[in-house]
Amino acid sequence: MLEAILVMAFGALVLGAALGYAAVRFRVEGDPLVEKIDAILPQTQCGQCGFPGCKPYAQAIAKGEAEINQCPPGGEEGIHKLADLLGREFKPLSAEHGIEKPKSVAVIDEQVCIGCTLCIQACPVDAIVGAAKQMHTVVAPLCTGCELCLPPCPVNCITMEPIGESVENWKWKYPVFKINSAPQESK
Amino acid sequence: MSALQRLFKFHGGVKPAYNKEASTGLPIAVAPTPTLLVIPLHQSIGGMPRPLVKAGDHVLKGQRIGGADGNASAAVHASTSGTVVAVEMRLMPHTSGLSALCVVVEPDGCDEWIARQPFDFRSASPTQTRDYLRDAGVVGLGGAVFPTHLKLNPGRQGKLDTLILNGAECEPFITCDDVLMRERAEIILKGAAIMREMLAAGRVLIGIEDNKPEAIAAMEVAARAANQAAGDEAMQVVSVPTRYPAGGAKQLIRVLTGIEVPHGKRSTDFGVQCFNVGTAYAVYEAIALGQPLISRIVTVAGNVGQARNYEALFGTPMRDLIAQCKPLPDSDRVIMGGPMMGLLMPADDVPVVKATNCVLVGSKRLFPPPPPEMPCIRCGECAKACPADLQPFEMYWFSRAKIFGKAQEYNLFDCIECGCCAYVCPSHIPLVDYYRFAKSEIWAREVEKEAADVARERYEFRLLREEREKQEKAAKLAAKTAAGREKAAAAIAEAAKPAATPEEDAKKALIAAALERAKAQKEQVHPENVSNLTPEQEAEVAAIEARRAEIREMAKPHLRQDD
Repeated sequence: MLEAILVMAFGALVLGAALGYAAVRFRVEGDPLVEKIDAILPQTQCGQCGFPGCKPYAQAIAKGEAEINQCPPGGEEGIHKLADLLGREFKPLSAEHGIEKPKSVAVIDEQVCIGCTLCIQACPVDAIVGAAKQMHTVVAPLCTGCELCLPPCPVNCITMEPIGESVENWKWKYPVFKINSAPQESK
Repeated sequence: MSALQRLFKFHGGVKPAYNKEASTGLPIAVAPTPTLLVIPLHQSIGGMPRPLVKAGDHVLKGQRIGGADGNASAAVHASTSGTVVAVEMRLMPHTSGLSALCVVVEPDGCDEWIARQPFDFRSASPTQTRDYLRDAGVVGLGGAVFPTHLKLNPGRQGKLDTLILNGAECEPFITCDDVLMRERAEIILKGAAIMREMLAAGRVLIGIEDNKPEAIAAMEVAARAANQAAGDEAMQVVSVPTRYPAGGAKQLIRVLTGIEVPHGKRSTDFGVQCFNVGTAYAVYEAIALGQPLISRIVTVAGNVGQARNYEALFGTPMRDLIAQCKPLPDSDRVIMGGPMMGLLMPADDVPVVKATNCVLVGSKRLFPPPPPEMPCIRCGECAKACPADLQPFEMYWFSRAKIFGKAQEYNLFDCIECGCCAYVCPSHIPLVDYYRFAKSEIWAREVEKEAADVARERYEFRLLREEREKQEKAAKLAAKTAAGREKAAAAIAEAAKPAATPEEDAKKALIAAALERAKAQKEQVHPENVSNLTPEQEAEVAAIEARRAEIREMAKPHLRQDD
């Protein structure tokens, strides 16, 4: 009886030491789940999900504090990917957080801009250049289309322009074939 | 010569009806200059060249109208002299039916060249030569329009074993390389000699399919002459068995050298580089004659009365070329390229571009609509036919189900879209359409992901910067308040002190002396604009001073009243 207890206790000690060592040696910095969720999110940084950026939303999802259907720019596809990653059920995009829109970029009407710098302060990715009392302009390739620059503009000179289809970004369509209707017999 | 060469085989391939005889009967004709040339700026792989001209400008033949955007791009030139009517969006020779920026030139009929000067590539550095070719707009004329200057780089070893000239031209109907080799073999080989020097290649193999005996004969004669002139045996014409797609770069390399270029590697890593014969011709014209690439040989074939090859200026509407060939009345579509890999054009007035090796006129009779698509029966015929050793059926299932990651795992991007799989498919599945769909979806995702990564990085940097600014502000504020407190404390201490000690008196005296000195210094400084004056200016200043005094005098009583 005593031997059995000793053997088990010894085993427990050895395994405990091994686990303790491994916990220190192979310690993972940060939360890999948050990173994975963050990689799926579109990085628009628009805050429509109710969090101040994509990373905080990812953290909230990882903690189970937020639903996976709060990201309109990510759309249905993003929700599917999150559902796959987290093993959760797919949910349609929650209407209170917004609707899925085609990707667009902000365009400043440079004739109207008064150079107040409010939009520059609002842009989460520093995609607007300009200075006080100087004209501002949007660096289009960097713009994520978050629309955060629209409300602060005192003269409403910023508009969202959808990115149109061009020869460069045109995609081959899914092969669909027209089925010809059967010839109708004349009576 | 060709008998000595040991040949290898590539996997798969098909033997479609070639239909090449119709367009080889007549020699190359020069296509008439159209009334309006529409020259797209984006004609090759790589960035979009920026326009260098504007509406109203007069351009000469060969003048650069689009500058290369970065190194992975090639310039675009005016095909003839004339006036730029507009720089605007025009319909592109692209399946999408979308428009892109084009330079519209109205020819003046003079066909006046720019000053053409041969480029001395022997005394220039390889980089200079490559830049020259980029600015001469030379791109691969086999159909993929990859900028040639990027390929004219011998790689890490600094030399190559074999330079391959691709004259296989395996696609049905197309004969532009065939007639070029028949008629201008000598020039092609001169171009090849330039390329060989640039690449420090040991030998030049010219691969031609054995269904072009005239081209082989012409090239052999020219190669013998070139070898004699050079005093070596470097140029060899090799007749390769006719089997589609023997003209694919990887397939031809395999047939001629036995080297199979693996996924993710370049042929230069194995000492081989491959160019189309038309590209060699263009390289000669650019370097030896100083003529940029402004025209090419285009086969017009298919549903026409007289198929023929034309030397057409870039920007010529395809409709004009077709009109030369007596199109049959039941023609209903225009394809750029051949029937296997060609692209359906949105209209017949799209311009001829660098990629246009063939304008194929189609009709329901010539290309009957495919039978309805049926389910895949997993027969494996497509895998047997695939010249890239892929498993087309696997890629098809995953592309169809939109599981793109899996499709990529089956090396979807090694697919050359030759169409052999769809050609042999007993269920008539348009396999290539699925691959093209999957490829463009994957590319789009890749672009999106890159943009997201940039946005994440910039957002995180912004947070960092805001944090840093906050800290800096706080530090500044803390320093300010600390200084304020010290001052206050000092003042209190001063007030608390009963009387000044002699030492402090001395200090005060010192400070007073310093202030005095500063004052004196200030007085010595005169404003610059009143020193070194001419007598007239001095007189003027004096007059103004007098006026001022007068006004002050006049104003005195009023001021007093106001008081």
